[in-house]
Amino acid sequence: MAVSTNPADHAPAAGTRPGGHKDGFRATSRKDHWATEPLAVLIGLSLFIIYATWAAFQGNHYYVSPYLSPFYSPLLWVNPDAAGAAPVAHAWFGSWPQWWPAFIPISPSILILPFPGAFRFTCYYYRKAYYRSFAGMPPGCAVGPIPQHPYKGETKFLLFQNLHRYAMYIALIFVVVLWTDAVRAFFKDGRFGIGVGTVVLIINAALLSGYTFGCHSLRHLVGGRLDCFSCSSSCEARHSLWSKITGFNERHMQYAWMSLFWVAFTDFYVRMVSLGYIPDFNTWGR
Amino acid sequence: MVVLDAIHRIQALHANDLACRWNCKAGKCGSCSMEINGRPKLACMTRLSDYDPEETITVQPMKTFPIIKDLVTDVSFNYEVNKRIPPFKPKPRDADGNYRMMQKDVDRIQEFRKCIECFLCQDVCHVLRDHRRQDAFAGPRWFIRLASLEMHPLDTADRVSQIKEDFGIGFCNITKCCTEVCPEGIHITDNAIIPLKERLADRYYDPVMWLMRKITGKDRKK
Ligand code: SF4
Ligand code: SF4
Ligand code: FES
Repeated sequence: MAVSTNPADHAPAAGTRPGGHKDGFRATSRKDHWATEPLAVLIGLSLFIIYATWAAFQGNHYYVSPYLSPFYSPLLWVNPDAAGAAPVAHAWFGSWPQWWPAFIPISPSILILPFPGAFRFTCYYYRKAYYRSFAGMPPGCAVGPIPQHPYKGETKFLLFQNLHRYAMYIALIFVVVLWTDAVRAFFKDGRFGIGVGTVVLIINAALLSGYTFGCHSLRHLVGGRLDCFSCSSSCEARHSLWSKITGFNERHMQYAWMSLFWVAFTDFYVRMVSLGYIPDFNTWGR
Repeated sequence: MVVLDAIHRIQALHANDLACRWNCKAGKCGSCSMEINGRPKLACMTRLSDYDPEETITVQPMKTFPIIKDLVTDVSFNYEVNKRIPPFKPKPRDADGNYRMMQKDVDRIQEFRKCIECFLCQDVCHVLRDHRRQDAFAGPRWFIRLASLEMHPLDTADRVSQIKEDFGIGFCNITKCCTEVCPEGIHITDNAIIPLKERLADRYYDPVMWLMRKITGKDRKK
């Protein structure tokens, strides 16, 4: 029986439970704007995916000395014929291989982007975000989820999410790579200087570090898996590391969004400068 | 004035038989859990002044649990789950007959002791609320308790396989609604459930750790 004082509310409606609850996808008694947040996440993540996919398949204008777009770093091979490509000397393994199948687009980005992609996809924060916004499981709190018979959660098909730590190991390497790019952005043709692009790349590396260092798997591995923090000097050291990671972890969502936006913006900035659409203000002169 | 006051007033003036559970009126006993305008809340901690005076406020019992009468639900499912949790099993005392724990070891599990067993987290969790997986899933309140035992510096019991098999932590998809409704502000998902999921990953899903255990021949036990 409902407890509203309005007599009309006391008549049980069809398809509702005795407490007046409704069942079914998006069914809720909430009166606030619960759909705003999942909708914003849906739009934000979709825009990023569209831009990142587009940028990854361009294969050009990802470099303008001394700036390298983070979507193309690390550079494994370089196709020097592409416009706005990095010099071959920048690539880990030199020129684009001859044997590359013709049906796969030539872009250094598609070789490396799956790794940060996997890191974000299996990230505990993004899982929450897309389970809610994309999968409706559930779309909001106390809001009906898409029915599943029976519900399996992360016990079957989604078990692979438990391997998040392996994506994190690779993400740590990417942090080093992106800081290297940021430092290189101070040197144009061997001359020290600074430009707007340098600052953009530094912020990018800093935000990606903040995001990566807040990873739940990292937090577990550095110290969370211990039950006793004070039982040996190595446990003490791990505890202080764990505390620092916890600080980042508490802001994991914020770092996730800021770094996501900024990494796309960094690519956009480098692309615009490389295309000659905008000037890069810097100390080197153009 | 809080929502619970309004309910008491309705009880006094309009519906003497209206059933509602409450006790402390201070947000500490966890009795007055209900859904106010569709959101799981403590009625004694929800101020009427937070709502528009013109607005009709709807109160409903918790959806997850069977209704006894009006706003009172039968939460005994929770107590049944709790009985299945292996209790605290401390290691032997130090030579002087004392137990010793350092502050830094206690800090982490202290947060979990704040739970007032209001079961709002159990109510909002879609695994119990909508998918009705009470058969396989313990619910967030019990992962709090399991975490406080598993992370306890003095405890020697091992509950990891039960957390997987009996308490079904894999059904949680970390969508964090439990954390959003907890009146004690416990970071249920980040500090209890995810760390337990990672402990499961160590034992069951991480191939390198599995290999290391095979080579060194030792299981990570306390
Ligand atoms: S985070 Fe997990 S336990 Fe908490 S409400 Fe969501 S599914 Fe339930
Ligand atoms: S964890 Fe929070 S919401 Fe859940 S029963 Fe305890 S106090 Fe209530
Ligand atoms: S009456 Fe005790 S928590 Fe509300």
